[in-house]
Amino acid sequence: MSGKPMLLAEHVSKSYGALTVLRDINLRLERSQVLSLVGPSGSGKSTFLRCINSLETIEGGMIWVNGSLVGYKQVGDSYHELTERELATQRATCGMVFQSYNLFPHMTALENIIEAPVHVRKVPRKQAIEEARGLLAAVGLSAKADFYPRQLSGGQQQRVAIARALAMKPELMLFDEPTSALDPQLVGEVLDVMRKLADAGTTMVVVTHELEFAREISDFVAFMDGGVIVEYGAPGQVLVDPLDGRTRAFITRQKSAA
Amino acid sequence: MTDAPFPKVPGGMRMVPRRHPERLVTAGVALLALALLIQLFVTSPRWEWPVVWEYLFSPPILLGVARTIQLTLVAFVLGLALGLIVALMRMSQDPVLRFVAGIFLWFNRAVPVLVTLLFIFFLAALVPEIGFGIPFTGPIFFAVDTNLLISQFTAAVIGLVLIEGAYKAEIIRGGIMSVHVGQTEAAKSLGMTRGLYMRRIILPQAVRVMVPAMGNQFISLFKSTSIVSVIGYSELLTTVQLIYNRTYQTIPLLVVACIWYLSLASLAMYGQRKLEQRFGRGFDADPVPAKSSWARNSWGWVTNWRRA
Repeated sequence: MSGKPMLLAEHVSKSYGALTVLRDINLRLERSQVLSLVGPSGSGKSTFLRCINSLETIEGGMIWVNGSLVGYKQVGDSYHELTERELATQRATCGMVFQSYNLFPHMTALENIIEAPVHVRKVPRKQAIEEARGLLAAVGLSAKADFYPRQLSGGQQQRVAIARALAMKPELMLFDEPTSALDPQLVGEVLDVMRKLADAGTTMVVVTHELEFAREISDFVAFMDGGVIVEYGAPGQVLVDPLDGRTRAFITRQKSAA
Repeated sequence: MTDAPFPKVPGGMRMVPRRHPERLVTAGVALLALALLIQLFVTSPRWEWPVVWEYLFSPPILLGVARTIQLTLVAFVLGLALGLIVALMRMSQDPVLRFVAGIFLWFNRAVPVLVTLLFIFFLAALVPEIGFGIPFTGPIFFAVDTNLLISQFTAAVIGLVLIEGAYKAEIIRGGIMSVHVGQTEAAKSLGMTRGLYMRRIILPQAVRVMVPAMGNQFISLFKSTSIVSVIGYSELLTTVQLIYNRTYQTIPLLVVACIWYLSLASLAMYGQRKLEQRFGRGFDADPVPAKSSWARNSWGWVTNWRRA
């Protein structure tokens, strides 16, 4: 492979006091690739995702997004912690979608989407609105532009949240269990949007319990347990014919639960 | 009738709403109390209603009202600004700012307003001159007699602003803490800096929670401005007291004060309701609240008692 990887993690580790949540995580993802992180609750997959855009700090190792070191800059022979403004600029290169949507409840769907482009990227309001309408159309919610989050279903809210993240034109999209809070019949509409994004060549890291979906859209799957990557590889291998006993047990459990 | 329509039932059966015979009793008791009150107000000559009318719009009372309003507004607005600064300091990442805000809150919430007011008014005894220069050693460019700088009005404003700032800081902090942490994370993930997401995302949602407490604070401040009488500043209540001490028309003059307090506080409460509607955007199931129908509802309350 050539050029800068879109995501590179080397020896990432983190602990809360005595509890180790991440231990020696190494990952590499090229542009337009999709990586799924699967594993039981508390395995550290969400924590790792949140480290990629500095919502959490790491204690060992390094993460690069599109060639730039997350949280630090190199000055001479030392690494300096980024200022708040630099950190904010860096965070904007990743779009993040949360399990609980986290839409801004006091703003309409359209206002949610244009908020960051207008105030962070300084896009003219008119242009931002135009782009936002395009994004709303792409997630199938053109008619809901002027609705407040409370007036939307969970699936609709999550689709607005995806549009909001895309509006910042991120290099990398992070999904933190985007369908876990949804009623089963609403999961499909969100997965459809994500599938379209993957097909369009968006680089994505997805934390999910939807193994079938992960197998379908991912280029790579990492199975995590107890803060380490237990098994890593192509979805057809990790999710279908895993080598590790823990992965096998997890997949069997998930299948019987579904 | 304003009640919700009852569903039509096939087969000619009637739907009978719940009856409330006990409401006749409460209505009766309330009417009796009202009648007694009216009798008290109308028949007793001690009210001296003509005196009330004579003073209600008299220049000294109006001046007192104006001073009350002025003091309330100035102290509220400055207190709000101070409260916001202190609240943000208290929640800052910087341990020094947090500590300074903590000391400020501790002192101003613990010391009675009365003491603060007197302290500031008699500041001259402690610091005879207030000047501008290089601290401790250097030259002083100019200095003013503290007594000239701190009039009764400024002492009143400073004292009230300190106390208000402390209470409002806590209200604001509570409001900010009530906003779900996911909002901050979403804002951060979109590249917003703390200043930006506080202003655009967190505070607008926090205000919704803060408005009722702020309304309380405003009304209580408005009434408690009378405490500044201890440093000789005369607002509405003090003016009223000065007059009845001279004329012995105590009751009618207290009625005058009541009428003004009631009307101004009602105005403030109305403002609070408007603010709540404004900041409830996106939170209420019905974005445009239905028109208040107090009269209709109470009529329905009376007529409902045996509807069949």
